[in-house]
Amino acid sequence: MVQKIPKPIYDEESRPFWDGLNNGELLIQHCNSCRENIFYPRSICPHCFSEEIQWSKASGNGRIYSYTVVHQAFGPYKEEVPFIVGIIDLDEGVRMMTRIIGERDQIAIDKQVSVVYQQIDNDFVLPYFRLV
Amino acid sequence: MKSERIAAIVGVAESDLGKTPNKNVLQLQAQAAKAALDDAGLTKDDVDALFTAGNWAWAPNLMLAEYLGLNTKYMDSTNIGGSSFEAHVGHAMAGIQAGLFNVALITYGSTNRTNPMKPTSQAPLTAQYEQPYGLPGTVGSYALAAMRHMHQYGTTSEQLAEIAVATRKWATLNERAYKREPIEISDVLNSRYIAEPLHLLDCCLVTDGGGAVIVASKEVVSRTKKRPVWILGHGEANSHNTITNMPDLTVTSARESGQRAFEMAGVARAEIDVAEIYDSFTITVLLTLEALGFCEPGEGGAFVSGQRTAPEGSFPMNTNGGGLSYCHPGMYGIFLLIEAVRQLRGECEMRQVNDAELALVHGTGGVLSSTSTVILGRD
Ligand SMILES: [Zn+2]
Repeated sequence: MVQKIPKPIYDEESRPFWDGLNNGELLIQHCNSCRENIFYPRSICPHCFSEEIQWSKASGNGRIYSYTVVHQAFGPYKEEVPFIVGIIDLDEGVRMMTRIIGERDQIAIDKQVSVVYQQIDNDFVLPYFRLV
Repeated sequence: MKSERIAAIVGVAESDLGKTPNKNVLQLQAQAAKAALDDAGLTKDDVDALFTAGNWAWAPNLMLAEYLGLNTKYMDSTNIGGSSFEAHVGHAMAGIQAGLFNVALITYGSTNRTNPMKPTSQAPLTAQYEQPYGLPGTVGSYALAAMRHMHQYGTTSEQLAEIAVATRKWATLNERAYKREPIEISDVLNSRYIAEPLHLLDCCLVTDGGGAVIVASKEVVSRTKKRPVWILGHGEANSHNTITNMPDLTVTSARESGQRAFEMAGVARAEIDVAEIYDSFTITVLLTLEALGFCEPGEGGAFVSGQRTAPEGSFPMNTNGGGLSYCHPGMYGIFLLIEAVRQLRGECEMRQVNDAELALVHGTGGVLSSTSTVILGRD
C-alpha cells in the first residue's frame, strides 16, 4: 500500500493515543475529578482544570453528528475524492473527526457507526468508522 | 441608542483588489493606509497606534511599522482569523477610552490569489486529530455545519443559494467587485460540489487585496474631513478552534458577540438599516443571521428566501457584493467595515441604502471559531 497520508507529528502527550490504535484500541481520557470524558488528549481537564487524568478504552461505538462528501481536496488527498469525512459522537460523550466508510446513499446523520482500525502504514493506524 | 461618543471611524480605503501580481502585502497595506489617511484628512504623523493581522511575517506589526516609518505608542496584532479587524476596532475604542492613544491605523493586505498558501502536510499539536482525514480545512468545516443545519431544520441548498444570488446583485452595482455577471439560483445549484452540501458558488472568491481603517478619538474627530461614523457597540466571542470541537454546529458565537454589541450600543435589531455580514460561505451568513437574533434558530433559510437581502429586498446585506462576489483575500473582515462606513456616509451611489443611519458589521474567523460584532452609527 502506498502511503499517501502524512503521519501526524506525535508528541509525548499524544503518543498513547497513536500507540493504542496500533494495538487495536481507541483510547480517550477520563477526568477523575469531574468525571468527564475527554478527547483529544490533554494534560489538563478542559472542564475543571484537574490534572488527575487517566487513559480509558472507548467502546468504538457512536453516531454520526455530521459529515461531508469531499469533492475537491489537496495534497495527498487530491486523488482520493470523493471521500467522506465525518464527526462522530462516541457513546462515551466525546467527539472526533474521522473518515466514514460506506456507500454514500447509506450515510446519514444520527446513524450508528463503529470503529475500524485502518492500517495506513506499518506503524500508522487511523480510526475510521463504518455503519453498523 | 447610547449617547456617549468615544471613538469614530474617520477614514477607510481599499488597496488595489482582485489580482495584484505586481504588489506585495506591504505595498497593498501602504497604499490602503495612505488612502485612508487622505480620506480622514489626517497624516502619518497623527497615527499613534498600529493594528494589523496576518501570517506573512514572524511579527507583522514590526515589519509593517518599519516599512511605513511608524513608531507608535501602541500595537495590537490580535489574529482570530477573518474577524480580527472587527476585534481591532473594539480594541482601538477601548485603548482610546483608556487614554492610551488617539489615532489607530488598522490595516490588512494579502496576495492570496497570486501567492496561494501551500497546503501543509505537517500536522502538529491539535491539528494531528483532524488533518490525517483529508478534510479541506475551511470549506470542509463549513460543509459539516451546513449538513447539520439541513438535517436539523430542513434548510435547503436553494435557500443557501438565495444568499449567493442576492449578494451577486449587489456586486453588479459595485464597479470594484470582482464578479459582476448576474447569477440565478439554478447556477448555484448546478455549480460543482466542493464539499457537500456546498457548491462552488456557495464559496467565497479567492482574491488579492488590502484595506485600511482609521479609528480616532472624539477630540481628533473634530478636525477630520468627513462625517464621523461612531463606534456604538462592540462584542467579541469564540467557541472553538477545530471544527470537531464546535459545541453546536448550528450555533455560532455570534450569539454572544452580537448580544454584547447590541447591549453596548443600546439599539434594537429592528433599528439596523444595513448589515455587513461575513460571507466566506453562504452557510456562514445563514448561521450568523440566526445567532445574531435577526431570526429564530432554524429560520435562517426562510429569512433569506425571496431575495430578502438583495438590493430590492427588505434586509439590505453585503451591499458591496461581499466575499462571495466583491473580494475575499482570506481575512475579509476589514472590507465589511469599509463598506459599512461608506453606506453611513451616503457614498455608495448605485448601491446606497436610503437614509442608512445604523449599520451592523459582523466578522467570523477560523472555522466558525471566532466572531466579532461592531455596531456603527452616524449623527
Ligand atoms: Zn475535570
